[in-house]
Amino acid sequence: MISLSAYLSVGAVLFAISVGGIFLNRKNVVVLLMCIELMLLSANINFVAFSHYMNDISGQVFVFFILTVAAAEAAIGLAILVTLFRNRRTIDVDQLDSMKG
Amino acid sequence: MENVYLAIPLASLAGAIVAGFFSAAIGRKGAHTVTILGVGTSFVLSLYVLYQQVFAGVESYNATVYTWMVADGLRFEVGFLIDHLTVMMMAVVTGVSLAVHVYTIGYMADDAHNWPKDSLAGTNSYQRFFSYISLFTFSMLMLVMSNNFMQLFFGWEAVGLVSYLLIGFWSVRPTAIYANLKAFLVNRVGDFGFILGIAGVVMYSGSLDYMDVFAKAEHMSAQSISLFGGSEWNVMTLICILLFIGAMGKSAQVPLHVWLPDSMEGPTPISALIHAATMVTAGIFMVTRMSPLFELSDTALSFVLVIGAITAFAMGLIGIVQNDIKRVVAYSTLSQLGYMTVALGASAYSAAVYHLMTHAFFKALLFLAAGSVIIAMHHEQDMRKMGGLKKYMPITYWTSLVGSLALIGFPGTSGFFSKDSIIEAVHHSEIAGHQFAYLAVLSGVFITALYSFRMFFMVFHGKERMDRHTREHLHETPWVVTGPLIALAIPSVLIGGFTIGPMLFGDYFGSSVYIAEHHEGLAKVGEHFHGAWAFVQHGFGGPALYLAALGVFAAWFIYIRNPGIAENMKQRFELLYRMLVNKYGFDQFNDWAFGGGSRGVGGALWRFGDVAFIDGLIVNGSARLVGWFSSVARHVQTGLLYHYAFAMIIGVLMLMTLFVIL
Repeated sequence: MISLSAYLSVGAVLFAISVGGIFLNRKNVVVLLMCIELMLLSANINFVAFSHYMNDISGQVFVFFILTVAAAEAAIGLAILVTLFRNRRTIDVDQLDSMKG
Repeated sequence: MENVYLAIPLASLAGAIVAGFFSAAIGRKGAHTVTILGVGTSFVLSLYVLYQQVFAGVESYNATVYTWMVADGLRFEVGFLIDHLTVMMMAVVTGVSLAVHVYTIGYMADDAHNWPKDSLAGTNSYQRFFSYISLFTFSMLMLVMSNNFMQLFFGWEAVGLVSYLLIGFWSVRPTAIYANLKAFLVNRVGDFGFILGIAGVVMYSGSLDYMDVFAKAEHMSAQSISLFGGSEWNVMTLICILLFIGAMGKSAQVPLHVWLPDSMEGPTPISALIHAATMVTAGIFMVTRMSPLFELSDTALSFVLVIGAITAFAMGLIGIVQNDIKRVVAYSTLSQLGYMTVALGASAYSAAVYHLMTHAFFKALLFLAAGSVIIAMHHEQDMRKMGGLKKYMPITYWTSLVGSLALIGFPGTSGFFSKDSIIEAVHHSEIAGHQFAYLAVLSGVFITALYSFRMFFMVFHGKERMDRHTREHLHETPWVVTGPLIALAIPSVLIGGFTIGPMLFGDYFGSSVYIAEHHEGLAKVGEHFHGAWAFVQHGFGGPALYLAALGVFAAWFIYIRNPGIAENMKQRFELLYRMLVNKYGFDQFNDWAFGGGSRGVGGALWRFGDVAFIDGLIVNGSARLVGWFSSVARHVQTGLLYHYAFAMIIGVLMLMTLFVIL
């Protein structure tokens, strides 16, 4: 029997990796999108784990919602990415600073 | 009777409204017809009321006609107090007003040339003028008929407004606008005192009604009030001085007299009606009406006496050096108002009102005669360009002579009776300052005679100094001008002798005027009074008559017999002459201290208050602060995604830490 803390640890590690990816990645917006997906997945693991251990099915229902949102988000994100590339001919994160004050 | 009382002011008001608002529809003829009809109605009804009160023995009337509002027990009402004092004022006001209305038809006949060709105001100036003078009659009637302070103040301000409108009647002349603004502002100073006085009355008596206030007068005079954090003032003294400051503004007493000479910028009919015969006497009337209050304060009476004496003496002197025919008459008015004020101060209220009445006739006469001369001279007012008009304008000449004689107090004319009784009353008065006042009014007689006949000789006698064009067109003025002159000349001579007995020494005023026992200077004069004729004979025993004769002789000698003397005197008494020409520097002082002072304060407030504080600090300052803050804060915004994400994570961490700790 795998303990709850093991699941939570995996989730936490995945979350940490995704945060690190967002910070450390200076090159590619695609990686950023992937990191966000990973963050959502780490949340999913937590949901499923708690759902299982607390015998509450609503946690798993929530996972489906999150997956749906994640899919939509990925689609829109990639679409934005494509237009961004068309306009700027780059997806380099360091150069996307037109919001600089 | 109440309907009659109501009809008297309202008839004039109706005339004013019709002439004012329907000027285009009724035209010039309609305008003067309707206003003369209105004022004529007022005059006839006033005479009727006068007859009822004085001869038929109807009791005096004191009642409220309309209650405007009641606030905290204080009643604001429109009401009439009709007694012997009021009916006399009503008859004088409407009578002079009627004469001036008729005269105006002639004076304003060719008013169009006073306006630029395309000016809109010039198209109905004739109708507007009639509307204004009828409105004035209404306001003045409301003032004198009032039985409470509220209505008195209404009338007081309304006559001030009409005076303002009429002084600036020729609004295309900058001098007229300057003069009417000056009149309005100086009157504001007086009115400020006046309204403070009314406030004092309300504060200590709780009522605006004359009779209520008079009933509580004794009680009020027993109290005192602390002013300016220390000095104790008797309540009655304070109230009376404040009310008198109002009278100083309206009746042009030193130092609030400066507006009256300038008011001569207005058309001559209103100089006669408003700035000589009636409005300026409102202050005299008011103090007389308030005699039960003034009698309780010797200090206030002394103040009144001294101010009046200064005005009577000093303003007459200025009249000697003036060259504008209207200004001479204006300074003469100031001096005569000083005489009335002196009479008030000496508790000779009936003498003041009596002089007011006689003065109304002969001063209106002199002004209208001056206006007649001005018409004939094609609106030339400088006496140095006149002379020898006697043979061209006989009616104006003789009526002017009558007016001048009445003014200087020629025995038998109405001016003689009124002025002599004032001088005698001051002589017998025992109030502080009466010696000074006696000297002032006595020397004033000489000065009056000098400037009156200086004007008379310069205008009607001597060399003809006008240019040829004017001389060829010189002729007597039309009957609408000379008619009122004759109509006013008759009472100027006669009314004094007929009324002196009952008005001064009889019981004409009855309870309208109250005189405290220790103030009865006039009554002592009355002990020697045995009819008008005896009074004339008695006049030969006093110095006043000889001073007047000396004044006339001096005027004749200096200006007709030996014209070189005037120039010689001017050089010898250079300093005095300059002082008089500069009118003692009141105007310069006002321009410098009040005009310049308020401009300075205004400029300082503008620079520091407006530009520096409000605009600089509050409006632009807050904008600059926000700008500065954002210029610093913008450096946080790098536009790089991972910086924002970092900030977000830090934020989340901080929130979580807080959550865990708490």
